Amino acid sequence: MRLLTRALVTVLAAATVAAGGPSSAVPRNPDDRTIAHVLNRAGFGARPGDIERVRGIGLQAYIDQQLYPERIPDSALAARLAALDTLNKSSRELAGEYFEPAQRARQQAKLQADKDPSMNPSTDDAAKTRTPEVMAAQRKARQVIENLSDQKILRASFSDRQLEEVMVDFWFNHFNVFAGKGMTQVYLTEYERDTIRPRVFGKFRDLLGATAKSPAMLFYLDNWQSADPAAQDRMMDVGRRRRARFGFMAPPQNPQRPGGAAQGRPKRGLNENYGRELMELHTLGVDGGYTQDDVINVARAFTGWTIDVPRQGGGFRFEPRLHDPNEKVVLGHRIKAGGGQSDGEKVLDILAASPATARFIATKLARRFVSDTPPPALVDRAAKRFHDTDGDIREVVRTILTSPEFFAADAYRAKVKTPFEFVVSAVRASGAEVDEATPLAQAVRQLGMPLYMCQPPTGYADRADAWVNTGALLNRMNFALQLVSNRMRGVRAGTSLAGDALAGDVSSTTAATIAKATDARQTAALTLGSPEFQRR
Amino acid sequence: MLSRRVFMKNGGLALLSLGFAPAFITRTAEAAGAARRKVLVAIFQRGAVDGLNMVVPFGEREYYAARPSIAVPRPSGARPDDAAIDLDGFFGLHPRLAPLKPLWDARQLAIVHASGSPDSTRSHFDAQDYMETATPGVKSTQDGWLNRYLHAREHADATPFRAVALAGQLPRSLQGTAPALAMNQIGQFGIRAGQATEMVQASFESEYAAAADRVLNRTGGQAFDAVKMLKSADPAKYQPENGADYPRSAYGEALRQIAQLIKADVGLEVAFAEAGGWDTHVNQGSAVGQLAGRLDDFGRGIAALARDLGDRMGDTVILTMSEFGRAVAENGNRGTDHGHGNAMFVIGGGNVRGGKVYGRWPGLAREQRYDGRDLAVTTDFRSVFDEVVRGHLDVADTRTIFPGFTGAQRLGIIG
Repeated sequence: MRLLTRALVTVLAAATVAAGGPSSAVPRNPDDRTIAHVLNRAGFGARPGDIERVRGIGLQAYIDQQLYPERIPDSALAARLAALDTLNKSSRELAGEYFEPAQRARQQAKLQADKDPSMNPSTDDAAKTRTPEVMAAQRKARQVIENLSDQKILRASFSDRQLEEVMVDFWFNHFNVFAGKGMTQVYLTEYERDTIRPRVFGKFRDLLGATAKSPAMLFYLDNWQSADPAAQDRMMDVGRRRRARFGFMAPPQNPQRPGGAAQGRPKRGLNENYGRELMELHTLGVDGGYTQDDVINVARAFTGWTIDVPRQGGGFRFEPRLHDPNEKVVLGHRIKAGGGQSDGEKVLDILAASPATARFIATKLARRFVSDTPPPALVDRAAKRFHDTDGDIREVVRTILTSPEFFAADAYRAKVKTPFEFVVSAVRASGAEVDEATPLAQAVRQLGMPLYMCQPPTGYADRADAWVNTGALLNRMNFALQLVSNRMRGVRAGTSLAGDALAGDVSSTTAATIAKATDARQTAALTLGSPEFQRR
Repeated sequence: MLSRRVFMKNGGLALLSLGFAPAFITRTAEAAGAARRKVLVAIFQRGAVDGLNMVVPFGEREYYAARPSIAVPRPSGARPDDAAIDLDGFFGLHPRLAPLKPLWDARQLAIVHASGSPDSTRSHFDAQDYMETATPGVKSTQDGWLNRYLHAREHADATPFRAVALAGQLPRSLQGTAPALAMNQIGQFGIRAGQATEMVQASFESEYAAAADRVLNRTGGQAFDAVKMLKSADPAKYQPENGADYPRSAYGEALRQIAQLIKADVGLEVAFAEAGGWDTHVNQGSAVGQLAGRLDDFGRGIAALARDLGDRMGDTVILTMSEFGRAVAENGNRGTDHGHGNAMFVIGGGNVRGGKVYGRWPGLAREQRYDGRDLAVTTDFRSVFDEVVRGHLDVADTRTIFPGFTGAQRLGIIG
């Protein structure tokens, strides 16, 4: 009976004239499944009551609203974030108040331990510095990434600007940096807050430029220490003292050169990391038609884009003395000699305007919103929209979210949730109250997706095969059990799961299995751990 | 042989009582009688171990000149505990690695010195990444080399325990599309719902068994098979044998559990463990001290594993690696800074040709050093990986495992 009704509704929905004008395929009278689909893709799933709420607003109007997050009041969220002290601090404040004290305490403890004759010399460093002072300072330093992870969970779980959170997650992952690499952690808060978040619906070129200048990216992909190999020779002429004052003691990345070897002194040189990843991962894509020569020329263009006093959380700085002043040729475009800092800007212009970039970004967005292998016709239209609007991200997303492909039957539950999406959607579905988000962040970590700790610049994979494996699946079921039985510190899950959780749409076996549960909590666990709930 | 019969009997009964026996379990049990699986145990020394104090080139005058306060003294009959353990008249083991000397004497321990990466990075992060993906200089590689190995040698008898990292998270080496498990404690693997565990597990199992979703159906099935398999094989019952004494560290605990999985015949082929604390910039020590403490743990762990496995060492290779070595000269803090070339161990009871230090020794004189400061690399670490994959794991074509690597040297470690 239920199946029949559903089939009928689907047919009706498909037959209904689209609500948003000729270019919109958004159904005017959507069924629960269709609304749940939108909530799962343009957000992190339904909370109890969401499906009715969206039906009241109208699906088309809801999507339009989500595309302009600044028009959605979100004051309740602000109250939830208020306790997280570090979120509004500058990188300089974070360096000075949180990271430097930990480093100093550790150095001091070690010095003291090394002087202490009663200390067993085979004690390792970690043990030597396990003093109460050091541990307190390190706890404080850890707070920065903890706060950041907590806010990510809280925003995704409770913000009414759901699509904005999806987009922040998407673009952070696209321009991934790794908290575990050196000073990157000092800059992470600022990176997400000031570099990514304000630009997620803006022009792609603007977002690209902001990441290129962000200390987080400059550090993570090593551009901050990339230099014209000839720069050091030039500076040697200026004199040893000036160089020492200005010198970077970081290890060199350049291949060994005879001159350097004889001196036994590390030489700074060209670092290609950013140049390569900028084209392969940020813009053109791996098959975007660039060569190793392009990589070198792009890297040369960005020499001198560095960080002012990184240990103190300083900002972007262009250092002309590190810059390679000669002509560069990038993808056939000539960049004249003597351009200084503008060389890098020109490279970004060239890359952002490339059709390969339009296609690459369109593909990734379509993969995020529609399916692991997005329909080529949709990718074509989204890429064209990217091109026609000069890389207007909002318009590309609108094209995808209002497309027939997005509402097609084969897009429904086509995506396996990432661990982050799974945890947050379970919190939402169970109507859980979260006093402390850290245990949830730890759960995401245990499921294999530690927040802000994705090591490679590729970011986390957005395909099912990366997330479906035996251990991870068992862990998801255990998380569901833990969540609903309130065995998770700081999280109180409601026992009456939203019927919205799966929009009433489960297999007969799942339904029968859930029906056999002995209490409401088991029902909830068997729902959140079910195969259906692993998809969105 | 006894243990495997018990497993077949108990495992088979346990599964029959649940109504079915996964095909791979019966296959495993059968296969176990004929040819045992080859096992690779990979150990990563994270933080860059000082290879020059781990395997000491005591025949080098430059070594002692460059390290006035931290060099390990030349082998000495008078004070053996404070001196290098002579291996071949030129190289010696750090004295705290004495537990490995019997393996060397039995020709089960091979060492590759001056091995490492062709990439010049001295960043832990990048160098570990390059070593685990086995694509030095390429940051965008998605999967680890051990995962690519799993793909290169897919076979019908694979079990969910084919690749296991005894760690909180799957290391980069094992990440990728081939199934691999990470677990801290093998006893914790399964559904945890207190008294309701059996009922809840059966409920989840039926949900996944009926799922039309093929991916989740298959993986769910494998997950519950794995849980049952581990339960009936009960690895916890295998206590260390032959007097094996594992160090009481997380690393020692990981190796002890790897031995349990191997003995429980659950189909383990690739195991991964790691040991940290090698980043000795300050007060590294020599025969005693900080590094000595770490090497003591490291060596005792490997020795215990080899002893515990007994004749199963014939099917096992233990491979150790670290992202880069440390500078030849000690620094101003009686420690060592990030360097380049390092030493790797290949240990096995089968066809490993141990008792020899492999690789061309480049020398430590200033003009022989890399960048004028570090031990030069004369053997690409991928040549060592490649030889283990070919010689021990029996893969003839390793091109997909080591993409773009054409310069593999034939070292002759395994043959």
